Amino acid sequence: MPVGVQNYTTHFFVTGDPLIYGVDVSIILVSLAIVYVLTRYRKWGWLWREWLTTVDHKRIGIMYLIAALLMLFRGGVDGLLMRTQLAWPNMHFLEAEHYNQIFTTHGTIMILFMAMPFIFAMFNIAVPLQIGARDVAFPYLNAISFWLFFFGALLFNHSFVIGGSPDAGWTSYPPLADLPFNPGPGENYYLLGLQISGIGSIATGINFFVTILKMRAPGMTLMRMPLFCWSVLAACIIIIFAFPVLTVALALLLIDRIAGAHFFTMFDGGNPMMFVNMFWIWGHPEVYIVVLPAFGIFSEVVATFSRKRIFGYSSMVASMLAIAVISYFTWVHHFFTMGAGPGVNSFFAVATMIIAIPTGVKVFNWLMTMFQGRIRITTPMLWTLGFIPNFAIGGATGVMLSVAPADYQYHNSYFLIAHFHQVLIGGTVYGMLAGMYYWWPKMFGFKLDERLGKWAFWFFNIGFYVCFLPQYLVGFMGMTRRVYIYPPGLGWEIPNLISTIGAYLMGVGFILIVADVVYSIRYGERDLTGDPWDGRTLEWSLSSPPPHYNFARIPRVDSRDAWWEMKQRRQRGEPMEEPEPLRPIHMPKNSGVPFILCVAFFVAGFGFVFNWYVFSVIGLLTVAICLFHRSFDYDTDYYIPVEELEHHEAALGRT
Amino acid sequence: MPNRSGRWLRWIGWLGGCLVVTGCSPEQIVVFHPAGPVAATEERLIWTSIALVSVVVVPVIALMFYIVARYRDRPNNNAPYRPKWSESKTLEIIWWGIPIVIIGILATFTVRDTFALTRPPEKVSSPLTVQVTSLDWKWLFQYPDHGVATVNYCEIPVGRPVQFILTSNAPMNSFWVPQLGGQEYTMPGMAMRLWLQADKPGVYTGRGANFSGRGYAHMTFRVVAVSDDEFNRWAAKVKQTAPPLTEDGYRKLVAQGISPELSFSSYPKGLFEDTIMMEGGMYMKHDMSILGHEKT
Repeated sequence: MPVGVQNYTTHFFVTGDPLIYGVDVSIILVSLAIVYVLTRYRKWGWLWREWLTTVDHKRIGIMYLIAALLMLFRGGVDGLLMRTQLAWPNMHFLEAEHYNQIFTTHGTIMILFMAMPFIFAMFNIAVPLQIGARDVAFPYLNAISFWLFFFGALLFNHSFVIGGSPDAGWTSYPPLADLPFNPGPGENYYLLGLQISGIGSIATGINFFVTILKMRAPGMTLMRMPLFCWSVLAACIIIIFAFPVLTVALALLLIDRIAGAHFFTMFDGGNPMMFVNMFWIWGHPEVYIVVLPAFGIFSEVVATFSRKRIFGYSSMVASMLAIAVISYFTWVHHFFTMGAGPGVNSFFAVATMIIAIPTGVKVFNWLMTMFQGRIRITTPMLWTLGFIPNFAIGGATGVMLSVAPADYQYHNSYFLIAHFHQVLIGGTVYGMLAGMYYWWPKMFGFKLDERLGKWAFWFFNIGFYVCFLPQYLVGFMGMTRRVYIYPPGLGWEIPNLISTIGAYLMGVGFILIVADVVYSIRYGERDLTGDPWDGRTLEWSLSSPPPHYNFARIPRVDSRDAWWEMKQRRQRGEPMEEPEPLRPIHMPKNSGVPFILCVAFFVAGFGFVFNWYVFSVIGLLTVAICLFHRSFDYDTDYYIPVEELEHHEAALGRT
Repeated sequence: MPNRSGRWLRWIGWLGGCLVVTGCSPEQIVVFHPAGPVAATEERLIWTSIALVSVVVVPVIALMFYIVARYRDRPNNNAPYRPKWSESKTLEIIWWGIPIVIIGILATFTVRDTFALTRPPEKVSSPLTVQVTSLDWKWLFQYPDHGVATVNYCEIPVGRPVQFILTSNAPMNSFWVPQLGGQEYTMPGMAMRLWLQADKPGVYTGRGANFSGRGYAHMTFRVVAVSDDEFNRWAAKVKQTAPPLTEDGYRKLVAQGISPELSFSSYPKGLFEDTIMMEGGMYMKHDMSILGHEKT
């Protein structure tokens, strides 16, 4: 066999591991099944017209949601594999190479390809409906954002079977991530997957920032907006300032790796420390990007299910904006132990502690919202209630970590691991699941089953504590993160075993959530009113699911909790205003170009991963052509005529 | 809810019980068993911070369970219901105020100890210097005062401050001996100082705490703390009996792989400084005076 072909067969496809062969087989089977179903039921056209080319924020939101759940599955399986390896000392379930790849993909996927699309799903589903808009400010860009994320994630996930996964940790510090210590395509996958989806994230940040500032219904002043919209606005501000830093850091490291530059190399004047700084200048604000929208969701859920106004609205807004600003002054706490002087460490320690103050205030405000309310324990509320003790403990350990000298003992230990899982799962994942259960009827027209949902919650929540509380302990026992094996006799075995059991309980919780979705598609309670939870904000004034133009008439808002007030007025029998006559609605046209553009990005990225620049050139040229096409495309919008609107509204039982 | 929270609490209690019965002996919780002043300071800070955060966390969790139990939406619940009550200046001042006070106290201790730990634990004229280099995947210790070197273990005298000067000739790692004190990174092209001191003789496990590749999990080392006399005897013995570390030998050490414990009677002159310069130190303007203790 010629050498080239031999290299191709041994290096291009990842070989030699039964786990990976298993994945190969299942990928092929699932792909075949999808192709078969689409062909058998003649759904290709439907897929293209209704989904791949859509610019409707609701559909884009649903696609984000599906992607996030798939990635939660992949990241979760990675987590379970790690926990299995660590269940007992001297296990040989995974070897070092494999373990290193798995913790790298676990972290990267959970943050970039699970948490980010999950929050974007919620942005897309709820924001335009809550502010009384018909779509986002830039619907076409919104589609591009989604497909960039999708193909970035797809590229990253290819590494598992083609070429090999990255293995330098989700933080990817050079020099370890630089070429001399990390040859092969794995690290390139990381850099390009993040880069491509990162461009999409910046665009989403800009898109929702503009949407919230410019597209609110008449009368909805900023201080009358639902708190979820405020949280999205705060998160968007952080995205716009933080993500470009990541873009630059990834680009420089990529140039190091593929063009032999020396930005971060160990020799020839490179400065690895610079990458660490840039990574965390993005990385710390990033955790607030993913947790602020969760705070917003909790605020909506708590008010709705306590049948009470949110307590301390202005204080909530102030604290979110304070968090957005202070989050830029804490990044060095990720490396107190990297030799910055005591002055620098003190500054960042105190800044980090200060951010706990507005966060704590929010918790008190949620409690006071429930106080003297009427609390209904539904699934979204259950995830919210589960969040509060979780985040209280996670926040407390966060304050402990910010104490710089004490951090010298926590840094890189399992104490840290337990802390950030507690805030990221307890905060972001609980928040997004609360949001998913809350807005599910709005998106799909039926509720998720409450009984299964509660089982899922209890498995996941109990599993969470069983999994992560022992990790605080084992951190104090000196166990460091990212070790794939440990000897017996250090007292680590029992806490690790318990932790593994907890991880599997969480896995059962996840399966129950999936079961809930599958069960409810068939048997879930249909939502015919559009307002299944007795909601407070404008999205509940629409039918479930809403028509593609959302609002036949743009609502007029004169208070917070606009929908609640309208319902109150109706209940009191106050005379309703005569509805305005319908007018034709201006809508964006669907387009296949965003999809093609992002396929081109994928091809270019794949070329860079393997240094096959022909692909890169073809891909980037196609990108340029797509952009050119859009610049001169004037046929991008249309009007829905009044007759059609009347027809739609009548079908929904609304006049 | 009370029913369910009870179950939840029982689970946690059961977990805690398991740990006590089957688990680990208290000495294995190394961070809480300091063997020197640095680790002791850090332990004190940890307990202080736990106490301070508990002031907020415990009432918050208790309050949540109380509120949920009291204000459940049940037909016969006669608890007050005020759907429009959503502002209270007094309450808001209280819970902006309490965290501010707590953070103020904690910040004061933090800043004080952050500065204190950059200085030697005790004032002595001649602290011991140990130069530490992290390699793939082993630790090299050099004693400039004695001219000897070791791999994957080091001996230190009890009761005398030791300044570990840290660098790396491989991707960065982190030097951590929990019972003696917190960690500090070893970074190529940099020399960083970590003050530690052992007050009790003993063998303390250290480990590389920052992921550095395939052999990372095996990067543990022993720190042996012995009396001053024993330390000097040990150094003299290594000087007389161990083989020298040659340039060639060092190159072999740098190559990726795992190593047993080794001792060397000498090492190439200026090895530590040259490593730092080579790895990028020559491009940096930072102060290299902490290398001033070189006496080879």
